[in-house]
Amino acid sequence: MAKHINVSLIGNPNTGKTSVFNLLTGLNQQVGNYPGITVERKAGVCKLPRGVKAHILDLPGTYSLNASSLDENVVIEVLLNKKDKDYPDVAVVVSDVENLKRNLLLFTQIKDLDIPAILVINMADRMKRKGISLDIPALEKALKTKVVLMSARKKQGVDELKQLIAAYKKLSVEPCVNASVIDKEYFEGLQRAFPNQSLYKLWLVITQDVNFANINRNTIADASEFHTKKKSDLKRLQQKETIKRYQFINETLKQTQTIDVASATGVRAKLDQLLVHKVWGYLIFFAILLFIFQAIYDWSSYPMDLIDEGFAWLSETIKAQLPSGGLTSLITEGIIPGLGGIVIFIPQIAFLFFFISILEESGYMSRVVFLMDRLMRRFGLSGKSIVPLISGTACAIPAVMATRNIENWKERLITILVVPFTTCSARLPVYLIIISLVIPNERVAWIFGYQSLSLMLLYLLGFVTALGSSWLLSKFLKMPNKSFFVVEMPNYKWPLFKNVAINVIEKTKAFIAGAGKIILAISIVLWVLASYGPNEKFSKAEVIVTSQLKESLEKNSKENLEQAIASHKLEHSYIGYMGKAIEPLVAPLGYDWKIGIALISSFAAREVFVGTLAAIYSVGSEEEETIKNRMAAEINPVSGAPLFNLATGVSLLLFYAFAMQCMSTIAIVKKETNGWRWPLIQLFFMSGLAYVTALIAYQLLK
Amino acid sequence: MKTTLAELKRGQSAVITMFETDEIPLKLLEMGCLPGNEVTLLQVAPFSCPMYLNINGSHLAIRKEVAKQIEIELI
Repeated sequence: MAKHINVSLIGNPNTGKTSVFNLLTGLNQQVGNYPGITVERKAGVCKLPRGVKAHILDLPGTYSLNASSLDENVVIEVLLNKKDKDYPDVAVVVSDVENLKRNLLLFTQIKDLDIPAILVINMADRMKRKGISLDIPALEKALKTKVVLMSARKKQGVDELKQLIAAYKKLSVEPCVNASVIDKEYFEGLQRAFPNQSLYKLWLVITQDVNFANINRNTIADASEFHTKKKSDLKRLQQKETIKRYQFINETLKQTQTIDVASATGVRAKLDQLLVHKVWGYLIFFAILLFIFQAIYDWSSYPMDLIDEGFAWLSETIKAQLPSGGLTSLITEGIIPGLGGIVIFIPQIAFLFFFISILEESGYMSRVVFLMDRLMRRFGLSGKSIVPLISGTACAIPAVMATRNIENWKERLITILVVPFTTCSARLPVYLIIISLVIPNERVAWIFGYQSLSLMLLYLLGFVTALGSSWLLSKFLKMPNKSFFVVEMPNYKWPLFKNVAINVIEKTKAFIAGAGKIILAISIVLWVLASYGPNEKFSKAEVIVTSQLKESLEKNSKENLEQAIASHKLEHSYIGYMGKAIEPLVAPLGYDWKIGIALISSFAAREVFVGTLAAIYSVGSEEEETIKNRMAAEINPVSGAPLFNLATGVSLLLFYAFAMQCMSTIAIVKKETNGWRWPLIQLFFMSGLAYVTALIAYQLLK
Repeated sequence: MKTTLAELKRGQSAVITMFETDEIPLKLLEMGCLPGNEVTLLQVAPFSCPMYLNINGSHLAIRKEVAKQIEIELI
């Protein structure tokens, strides 16, 4: 049987590495995480000539083997550890024809690791337009490797690359730069202490926080015949190494590459002039944002309606087919609505990822980061925080994941902590129903109505609170805060449909798997708590209610009786007692025990609020108009006035604007910050703020 | 007084002469910000921060406080 070949795909960001990966593996790929950390691991299988299979691992993009982030550390660990199951037989280094000089730095480092390395020069279709010509045989000779000119966009060069991978044993493993000349004495001492190890690997272990085989930094420091150096000296040596490598690269490219600047044409300068302009740049950015939000709401409303109806139909059909009983009720009232609650968000999330990946693929996102950095830094954030804050208006979960490319840990942490304040799509149904109840449907001036103004105010409130809390956090968090803000401004490209599609599918799948499990579990728990009660008042609800309503029975239709029974059951179920138990706590905010239940159940996910109230007010359908009428008819037991008045309404709106009511967000924050500390702080801060503002609002307005 | 990258005007080019080693992230060096290399200021955001540069063929944006650590000679 033919042996599998392990291939690692390595390269700078923005070189089209992912396009090459997609081209080699097609849809034959799995996305997961590296064990114990949240760095995305992408692997796939590629069929080579003569039945050989290659396992392709798409390593995170990196500019060099000197890691400055978690993602980059993964690259070094895979390349250093021969025992790692991902350790490559051959490394494919992807470079971009326009940035060859910079890309070759990484290539020369990998070549020093004794790993056969193939150089792919991607985007070769742009060579003519940019006036670049290359002497490939001379380049191959200088770099001691094979070079493939490739265009992932035009699907050129794939077969050649596959053949080279299959024949990797013929490649030279000789390094092309001798890095040890930067400090001869030091490196000779190092080699004497560890005669059996590769010198460059030892050097990487000394300068980075990585281990390989049985050698780590301490064993090197302990070796008696060898003295290690101070950190600042090491950094100076790393700089020397970089300069040394660039000397070699400049020399090589001088002989093999010619660039005819006169024939180079480009739209970059012209587009930049407009897109990062001090006035136009911002206007265009806000116009794009407006378009995206409008599109997300408009386009996803159709599939969302379909999904809603589909799940209702499924639930009804199953109810009709199966014998009635506990299990059927669990399926039709617990699991199916629970699943529907997840699936309903897929269209919005897929559209959001669609737009974000287009903005990223085209190179525009880097311009937004550039435009917003100064403004965001005033609040302790980075220009890179703008992407999560925008995504947060759809859903906080992908937004928290989108913080990963912020290098500075303090800026990243603050972004993660404040993102849940932005008005996510789950708050929208809650806002809409309460606004329609308590805010008069009148026009304040010509075109603006009080209701739509209130909604806009709530969105603004979310953003302002996010910025305000990040300002506070940046004052209180004591962390080293060196500004390592370096953003590459890639050239503009048309997004590749295949890349965008694969990205949307993978991200949506990750959302369903992650958030889905939690929402499903919570909805089952809720169902159990609402379907069972601790005493006779629950189990004998039919008898009690029927006897209570005896006199007026003739006037009541059968339907009304059933509703009265259901309502009585709920009051005496476990969750009903829980609502009563927290009533003293929420009464100062203007809520009764029923709203208390809705608060408890929407702790897992805000959007559950409307559904819970619908169940409490015994409304069969979830049609808003009917719930609204029921809610409007509710009376405050203390004052005798309508329960949902302006004071209660504003208090509820503020509570939902601030409270951290989303299990999935807590789970993802725990994952991204590696522990319970930050999600718990976030939970208490947000819920505390929600309680206090809602309390103040109710007490002032009542 | 020495001229630093932070004083470059839009459209101006210069050669990097030296920099304060400990204040510069290694990543910037790896992207081509090395003594002897040419640098052009392409665009600036309001209040001239961050700065959008072409350094040795690499297009990148850095903040002004890092640019202040890089000494240049105008050409």
